[in-house]
Amino acid sequence: MTAPASSPLFSVEHLSVAFRRRRQPSFAAVRDVSFTIDENETVALVGESGSGKSVTALAMMGLLPKYNVEMASVSRIVYRERDLLRCSDDERRRLRGADMAMIFQEPMTSLNPVFTIGYQIAEVLRLHKGMSAAAAQARCIELLDEAGLPEPRRALARYPSQLSGGQQQRAMIAMALACTPRLLIADEPTTALDVTVQKQIVELLKTLKARHRMSILFISHDLALVGELADRIIVMRHGEIREAGDTQQIFSAPRDRYTQALLQCRPRLDETPSRLPTIDDFMAASQESVEKKARALSPLTPLPPRERGTLSPLLEVDHLKKSFFKREGLWRRYEIPAVKGVSFTLRRGETLGVVGESGCGKTTLGLTLLRLHHATSGAVRFDGQDVLTLSEKAFMPYRRRMQIVFQNPYASLNPRFTVGQSLLEPILLHRMASGRQAATALAFDWLYRVGLDREAFDKYPHEFSGGQRQRIALARALTVEPELLICDEPVSALDVSVQAQILNLLKDLQEQLGVSYLFISHDLAVVRYLCDTVMVMRDGEVIETGDVESLYRNPQDAYTRQLLAAVPHSGIRGQASEA
Amino acid sequence: MTEAISSLSSTAISETHGDGKRRGFWSLACQRFRDDGVGMASLIIVAAFFVVVLLSMSGMAASGWNKEVAIHDAPPDLWGLLKPAAPTAMKSLAQRVEEETKNAAQAQSKEALPPLTVTDPLAETLQALNASEETSTAKKEKRASLPFGGDRWGRDVLSKTIKGTQTSVIVGLSAALLATFLGTLLGALAGYYGGRTDDALNWFYSVFSAIPYLLLILAVAAVLQQRGVTTVILILGLTGWAGVFRLIRAEYIKHRGRDYVQAAHAFGVPDRRILFFHILPNVSHVVLVNISILAVGFIKAEVILSFLGFGVKVDEVSWGSMLNDAQSELILGRWWELVAAGGAMALLVTAFSLLTDAMRDALDPKIQRTS
Repeated sequence: MTAPASSPLFSVEHLSVAFRRRRQPSFAAVRDVSFTIDENETVALVGESGSGKSVTALAMMGLLPKYNVEMASVSRIVYRERDLLRCSDDERRRLRGADMAMIFQEPMTSLNPVFTIGYQIAEVLRLHKGMSAAAAQARCIELLDEAGLPEPRRALARYPSQLSGGQQQRAMIAMALACTPRLLIADEPTTALDVTVQKQIVELLKTLKARHRMSILFISHDLALVGELADRIIVMRHGEIREAGDTQQIFSAPRDRYTQALLQCRPRLDETPSRLPTIDDFMAASQESVEKKARALSPLTPLPPRERGTLSPLLEVDHLKKSFFKREGLWRRYEIPAVKGVSFTLRRGETLGVVGESGCGKTTLGLTLLRLHHATSGAVRFDGQDVLTLSEKAFMPYRRRMQIVFQNPYASLNPRFTVGQSLLEPILLHRMASGRQAATALAFDWLYRVGLDREAFDKYPHEFSGGQRQRIALARALTVEPELLICDEPVSALDVSVQAQILNLLKDLQEQLGVSYLFISHDLAVVRYLCDTVMVMRDGEVIETGDVESLYRNPQDAYTRQLLAAVPHSGIRGQASEA
Repeated sequence: MTEAISSLSSTAISETHGDGKRRGFWSLACQRFRDDGVGMASLIIVAAFFVVVLLSMSGMAASGWNKEVAIHDAPPDLWGLLKPAAPTAMKSLAQRVEEETKNAAQAQSKEALPPLTVTDPLAETLQALNASEETSTAKKEKRASLPFGGDRWGRDVLSKTIKGTQTSVIVGLSAALLATFLGTLLGALAGYYGGRTDDALNWFYSVFSAIPYLLLILAVAAVLQQRGVTTVILILGLTGWAGVFRLIRAEYIKHRGRDYVQAAHAFGVPDRRILFFHILPNVSHVVLVNISILAVGFIKAEVILSFLGFGVKVDEVSWGSMLNDAQSELILGRWWELVAAGGAMALLVTAFSLLTDAMRDALDPKIQRTS
């Protein structure tokens, strides 16, 4: 698509944003960023967390807090010959909603839970257009219909909590479209959504853009997704623009090393490399990267010999059922089945991927296996022993042999424990070492194995980044030398580049320790990279199970095919053949 | 997810904070507290009150609060800053009575009386006793004015206020600790275990909070059959845990589902340890702020109880009993006891409340102060 020759709709010139902090020099979040958005054009801002992409968007909307923000005097944001940074607050408020609108990552928290959808959209119309209640309602129905919400008339009276994540995001889009804005800023609008819903939302945005001739600023960390709808892509890192160009050019001939790295480090559906390249591999090679340390693992304390390659079954699950019961009134209980009779076998040293959309019961399955939920019925045989019938005391040794890593590294470590305390507790509890000194030495070894420094021992979780925290969580689970590790979406909360590092680490550790993984994920590409066998789940049932290669090449079930088709892959596939 | 993202960005910033030092939760909270001017000022005031209480407990201050050191209803002079009202200008009832008795005595003494020894064989011993330094209270020169004035019996109001502070602070803090301990323990059990434990404790809590507060206190006072500081502490502590229970229960319900608790379960960490070693430090800010809120409330409650006569014994003093004393004297223009007790209470309660607010802000990093 070629941009019109006339002046751009929006232009950001030399934008620099810094946050003032107490007692410390201010933190430069965005440094000298300039770009333009033409009419009816989709521009994508891509970068990892902390790259300044959201701050840029908030600055354009005028939503940055005033009390601690400094902007450079040369910064200008021009819209229709007006510099928005020097407008009055009143003027800006009139522009927001009417000329520019924004949708956010988390639709649940950006909608007010105590008002109906209809009321919230009508409010925008009444404020900006001065519509009457009746006219506003009619327009609401139109908008919701346009946003693809089923039964828009009934949706008006619904509260946000009564809608699914995808429907909430559609309601947000309807609200943003209320005054037919010239520019729509979408800040990671699909990150919290399932792949299939993500695809629908992206399609919707494309249609709306064409119909209303509006411009979209699409912010995402996912380069592949952005390739599906952007005309131009701007890659940001550490508050600076690394590369800007047409989508075609970014994918076929990325000039910047960082862009190349971003393109390469994401696992792909069509091929399985033995390891994923990481950002560090591309960037300054002289830097002593954490990853390299992790790779050069030397056995510190000799690890116990493992049966390897015997492929004897480690975990056999037979018609496992888990239902939740909700009390209603005094006596009535109704059943909400989460896992409906799942059976599978996991062999030693292998990885089984469990794939499905949110609400399919994959996380419940993992927690039930570890008896963190009580199973309703069925059997779980671990190494031949039915562990569901054991008493809590008799199950204790199995707590050592089966471990779990959770999705959110920010929640899985006790914030009031130092890393050392977190690691020592399981070591001492399961007597993995005799005496406190030996236990500390063991904890140091595990920190080293997951690629962290000794200094980490005395630090608190909040002093680490997401990736580092996930390494700590991994180390904690491994301290007791489990034979089975359940990984519940361990990389979903992480940036693409960090994700690659953690996936590599998981692969390395499996090679060394012979541990089996039950890898729960919604990301089919990640599963393909790591797993030997895949199990697709939907509504608590197993839809399809099979060997990774055959299942991805030749999916039997319609649902599996739908899932595979929804994974964004634009550009990357073509680029892969050249690389 | 948003939480994850927001903590991501805050991590990015807190990491670059880097003055090299490792900082735990408490040291960060202390730093936030130190940045709060109002909080620091209120801390100093509260600390000053605590010093006074310690001095008073150790007997270094106000030990003689019960002694009649001045004339009846001695007016305040604030160490000479305030000119005491001339006794003639506004003669108090007591002074008038005193004068009249003196006049009568003088009139009587004109008539020659036989020496007392004739009629009273112990008169000489009494005279000797009166003459000796230690026992002669009657002969001692009584002061005409005191820094904060005197009460009906000539006791120093300043000393009484200090002693009253001791009573109030000890009652407030001990009762708050007792109530918070009960509330935290029961709340933790109810929130963590849920199910029947929760039902039973909730039922208990509901029954407790359904009875009017003051009636419950009267009932407990009647059952315990004695008055005094300990009784007041028990009454307030045993009736005041309900609010803490509800808050802590909610916190435990929130935390028991968190991943870090699940991870501890996955390792087979015993329940007792999860309850008090894993989760409790994470809700400790709620506990701390609650001790503070309850202390303020209980200080006021003790004042009310003592004012109504259900509080401390007659030979003990509290702000409440001082206010009660002052109530009947206010009409005679003797305002100083009321002002001393009321002022001390207002100052402590206000400072304590502000301290609570500052503590809550410092301990809860999620509250963003926009100024």
